[in-house]
Amino acid sequence: MCLAVPFKITKKIDNMAVAELKGFSREVSVALTPEVEVGDWVLVHAGFAIHRVTEDDARETLKLLEELHEAESK
Amino acid sequence: MKQKVNKKQLFLELLKKVNEFTPENRTLNFMEVCGTHTMTIGKSALRQLLPESINLISGPGCPVCVTHDEEIENYLELALQGEVIIATFGDLLRVPGMDGSLADARAKGADVRVVYSTLDALKLAKKNRSKEVVFLGVGFETTAPTVAMSILHARQEGIENFSVYSMHKLIPPALGALVTDKEVKIDGFILPGHVSTIIGVEPYRFLAGDYQKAGVITGFEPEDILQALLMLLKQIRENQFRVEVQYTRGVSLEGNKIAQKLLKEVFEPEDSLWRGLGLIPASGLKIRDEFDRYDARKKFNLGKPRATKPGEANKNCACGAILKGIKTPPQCALFNRVCTPLNPVGPCMVSSEGACAAYYRYAEA
Amino acid sequence: MSNALPNKQITLAHGGGGKLSRELVEEIIYPIFDNNGGHRLLDSALLSLDGGNIAMTTDSFVISPLFFPGGDIGKLAACGTINDLAVAGAKPRFLSVGLIIEEGFEIAYLKRILHSLAKTASAAGVSVVTGDTKVVEKGNCDGLYINTTGLGVVPENVSLGPEKVSVGDLVIVSGSIGDHGMAILSTREGLSFRTEIESDCAPLNDLTEKLVATGGVSVMRDPTRGGVASILHELAQESGLTVEISEEMLPVHPAVNAGCSMLGLDPLNLANEGKLVIFAKAHKEEEVMNVLKNHPLGRSASVIGKVTSREEWGKVLIETTLGAKRILPLIEGEVLPRIC
Repeated sequence: MCLAVPFKITKKIDNMAVAELKGFSREVSVALTPEVEVGDWVLVHAGFAIHRVTEDDARETLKLLEELHEAESK
Repeated sequence: MKQKVNKKQLFLELLKKVNEFTPENRTLNFMEVCGTHTMTIGKSALRQLLPESINLISGPGCPVCVTHDEEIENYLELALQGEVIIATFGDLLRVPGMDGSLADARAKGADVRVVYSTLDALKLAKKNRSKEVVFLGVGFETTAPTVAMSILHARQEGIENFSVYSMHKLIPPALGALVTDKEVKIDGFILPGHVSTIIGVEPYRFLAGDYQKAGVITGFEPEDILQALLMLLKQIRENQFRVEVQYTRGVSLEGNKIAQKLLKEVFEPEDSLWRGLGLIPASGLKIRDEFDRYDARKKFNLGKPRATKPGEANKNCACGAILKGIKTPPQCALFNRVCTPLNPVGPCMVSSEGACAAYYRYAEA
Repeated sequence: MSNALPNKQITLAHGGGGKLSRELVEEIIYPIFDNNGGHRLLDSALLSLDGGNIAMTTDSFVISPLFFPGGDIGKLAACGTINDLAVAGAKPRFLSVGLIIEEGFEIAYLKRILHSLAKTASAAGVSVVTGDTKVVEKGNCDGLYINTTGLGVVPENVSLGPEKVSVGDLVIVSGSIGDHGMAILSTREGLSFRTEIESDCAPLNDLTEKLVATGGVSVMRDPTRGGVASILHELAQESGLTVEISEEMLPVHPAVNAGCSMLGLDPLNLANEGKLVIFAKAHKEEEVMNVLKNHPLGRSASVIGKVTSREEWGKVLIETTLGAKRILPLIEGEVLPRIC
């Protein structure tokens, strides 16, 4: 269960923030992820940012593809 | 556009690998625990691209589906009492009780509001001080912290006309019940991504340690699921079982500690009845006594569900077996005949992310 | 006995444009009117009067909020009826306006709404010729409801309809889908998000006239409630053919996509108020697409699929981005945001 989608934080005042994706935005609570700052990507579930996505993590899938290629060439 | 092409390439590459790693001599059963995975698989029609010897079976991870029917009757009755505003996620609106759904209750005059967030329910309470606002708390570990947060906010701001009917359930105890069930034959688990965002990796370790099951915490794109399958296949090939994280962009090892603390502060575990699965010890969340005044169960004296009475459930409904992965929806005698999303008989047809509803909607061509 | 109408009350889902809406019309309303004397169940009726052919349609507008990004109930009341005539191949000429106003409604709002209706109608070459006004007690309606009835002239030798559809026909949408539905959702209490998306609400009669002139159109519809998915099912059913579309070819505004991903929705189920679904002959593709691409309301038109066979009656298939095929589901009723 549980839809959560990566959105970018564009504004933050205390525990509330604005999360935006491609011209669609909504006020979300960052009470569960107080460390996030403007410019960070977060996973939003039911109006709450539940996880801060780091850029390294986001690249993980592409890294895997490279590994697959390497494994093949060995 | 460019990204799309890359994703497709990645997908095809992964598919090739999955084919390569699939053993020829045996059938493998992998359970996707989470209803959102069931939806991804249905929407992308992934099943028809996979090797025949891989069975993807849908687990109990649809919170609406496993909500007990007596709890549904309870909130429907409450809604029809008048004087209360029921705030709910859209997911629950069409779930039928014995005499209609919340949507039907609304047609009969009940005040039912669909919200996207618990904080919106709280806003409703602030705006309608003369009425009681009851939020229907369904969902697993992902959603429960957002509900806990609304209770804390209500206390902080002195909002007394707000309460929560907690029907929350926990995933690891349900997995425990599945692996100890002798009928259930699962080789590995595609574990829920966003539940794990909150609880981290630790609570699943028993699957590999005690029961030799492969497990991979997985994201929600079709290529995430393929990658997870590949990781599961490798564990099986090497005969070394552990809980791995495929969904690293959404899950850290320790999970979200703030959310975990919040869950402990507001809720305590209790034995809970799952529709289709029965009683599972310590698998539900009850609001702690300290927060009594925000507990709709106490405020409105709503009874706890009892175990299903004999003759109550439709004997032909295979939801119990489907939630355990023993049967697939088309193997049920009622599927697509008597039981459809508009007239669901069992829990798996109830919500759009239920196994039967996903099979029904996204029937493969 | 109908399985689908187990309850005694009408629910909002019966007005959602999905399966329940269709069942309400086909199983309850239609039979009462003697099955329309054998006429097909269409948004516009095509009638013969003293040798001339006219089209007639009626539509009620009960939208909340009355003002929304990209339009208001007045503009919508003009467009909705004009478009129902236009897709039948008619030239819309006359409009009636029936108002049901709630006691206490601001006259300033009423004026704004009626100006908007009048402006839209006149820009489309349509005259408002008659009307009716009723005021009801506070609480008996939500501000303002509008009903419009439209009359149009069907030019000789124009004949569109599902029976003209044949295997090989292309399926075209005239622009990005789901804009209106997303714009309206964004204003709903309890959801409250911000988006640059505006309702696509627009009169389509100029565009349809030019499309009909190509001679390549088999049938067209405006995909309002229930969205493109609902119209594709309707046309597959009525023509008795299989329709196949490709997920990759669907024109969707990125913000609509983002909103759908957050709220668990599918743009194919969201309403449009200024878009066409066109089934066109493949050999006329160039002419039809030229008309669309050169018209302000058709600039982002896209061929999204085709009519593939007679084998499976009324089936709609979608090829997913991964290249697999599945059945395109018809929504049950109201579009509901999900968190699961």
